[in-house]
Amino acid sequence: MKLSTLKFAPVLALSLLLAGCAGMPGMSGSDTNEGAPVADAAAGDGSTDGAQTSGLSEGGAWTGSPLENPNSLLYTKVIYFDYDSDEVRADYRDAVLAHGEYLAANPAVTTTIEGHADERGSREYNIALGERRANGIKRLLMAQGAAENQIITISYGEERPAAMGSGETSWELNRRAEFVY
Amino acid sequence: MNMMKRIIGTMLLLWAVQLNAATLTIEITEGAEGALPIAVVPFGWAGPGASDIGTEISEIVRSDLQRSGRFAALPVKDMLARPQSDADVEFRDWKVLGMDNLVVGQVRPNGQGGFLVRFQLFDVFKGEQLTGYNFPTTDRDLRSTAHKIADLIYEKLTGQPGAFDTRIAYVVSTNKADGSQEVSLKVADADGFDPQTIVTSSEPLMSPSWSPDGRKLAYVSFERKKASIYIQEVFTGRRQKVASFKGINGAPAWSPDGRKLALTLSKDGNPEIYVLDINKNSLSRLTNHYAIDTEPAWSPDGRYVMFTSDRGGKPQIYRVPAFGGKVTRVTFEGSYNARASYAPDGESLTLVTRQGGDFRVAVLNLSNNALLVLSDGRLDESPSFAPNGSMIIYATKINGKGELAAVSVDGRIRQRLALQDGDVREPVWSPYTKTNRRNQ
Repeated sequence: MKLSTLKFAPVLALSLLLAGCAGMPGMSGSDTNEGAPVADAAAGDGSTDGAQTSGLSEGGAWTGSPLENPNSLLYTKVIYFDYDSDEVRADYRDAVLAHGEYLAANPAVTTTIEGHADERGSREYNIALGERRANGIKRLLMAQGAAENQIITISYGEERPAAMGSGETSWELNRRAEFVY
Repeated sequence: MNMMKRIIGTMLLLWAVQLNAATLTIEITEGAEGALPIAVVPFGWAGPGASDIGTEISEIVRSDLQRSGRFAALPVKDMLARPQSDADVEFRDWKVLGMDNLVVGQVRPNGQGGFLVRFQLFDVFKGEQLTGYNFPTTDRDLRSTAHKIADLIYEKLTGQPGAFDTRIAYVVSTNKADGSQEVSLKVADADGFDPQTIVTSSEPLMSPSWSPDGRKLAYVSFERKKASIYIQEVFTGRRQKVASFKGINGAPAWSPDGRKLALTLSKDGNPEIYVLDINKNSLSRLTNHYAIDTEPAWSPDGRYVMFTSDRGGKPQIYRVPAFGGKVTRVTFEGSYNARASYAPDGESLTLVTRQGGDFRVAVLNLSNNALLVLSDGRLDESPSFAPNGSMIIYATKINGKGELAAVSVDGRIRQRLALQDGDVREPVWSPYTKTNRRNQ
């Protein structure tokens, strides 16, 4: 966790500088509501820089978008949920918060959050459940300073399973929300 | 009767009829006790040369009657004679086999490229004709004509209209060779034959709902990566987008007068039930709760809308007056009840209920709140009544693949409609259309 935070920190720091933000929201995830919203209005036209800047960590290995850096929290784009629950689990909280900070730092970047459910239960109810999951993530992102117009949500319910098959091993892969940048 | 029982007892439990591309498998889940013994003799051909048309029609009639659960049809191989009209019938041939009723018929060319199908239904014990009809038909309408004959026999002998000459709509998804998914909305005869595609998309299609006249389908389409509700004319393919708000646009349900759609929208923050006046394009909101409210269904008299809500913590069925008002909880048994729809007489609901870890189709009697579970799968869903209330069609999973099944409302006869490759789901039984009744 610490390592990955450090590795994408330079990108984030650059973005935050561009955005004219004074504080860095809590990376630990231990206190999610504390991070002050990034003032997105100040970002202006330079806002896409953060998304395109190559990240040079101390190792100097990663030069692509932080979203594609396997060592970045932003690399996690699928968030899994417990059955019939829309609560972001503790093990995915840091990743969701990192996405929130990334969006806050890059106001021109938009993401679509697709909510999904496993196949159990009725289809339209699962559409509603998938929307709840997507909206729960959206609220966390906005708490980190992402603007509402950066986030599109759509629920596919059980219509687009990630894993076929009827059993818990498939179901737990299907109860999810996906970030699509 | 004893002999008949033995015959039924030795009949195979699985009975498959293969025709065209589809296969219909009828699975008699319990004994056919109480089913009326009937003999449907292969219909004859009174034209030049030889033709199987008569046999095909009578096989469809026999299969319809059999799968209703109300009839035990005599296998053709057990018949002692093959009469084609009243003049050939020896009633004792059928009495000795324990038959209560007998159907005979004949097909002849009508001289205009079509056919005339004649059938007669007899009471074997009284030795008299109960009904008889001549149907003009064409090559294209042979199946439909056979279903109409089955409907007439069913009505004459049970006192209830038949629902064989109706349709079902359902969703199929198939994986294409390039790995992409193709989703189709299809319409087929109620026995699963003659499927026709009315919409195809690379994105999900959901929740088909028949207009009360059986000429339109409302459905949800995710084309352009956004859920929208469309109304499509089944016979012309013309369609209009009627709801495309922010968030969920789902679960369309026609009002009995065909003027309105109840639907689920989350445009105001979370899923609520709305009523859309289709011609006026005006929207009114029926529910107002922070919980999930979805899956509306109108009562046949148009006074109430049932819906699924988790306002009590778990999904249960609730009811609200169709013009707004107090919400009343309807289901209390079990931890999960969803996707309700009314029986045509308005006296019961069919819904999905959870039993342990399994999801099953059940009927809730609205006068005494008795819940009768009808299916035995693990993931059964989307139940829909036949327009005469005699059967329920639903989606089930067999070896991980979605298939359709139907069950008689007493749970006695269950059948699989093995339609084709692909994942088949969300069946909805059409209402009667005007053409269903034109010959009666």
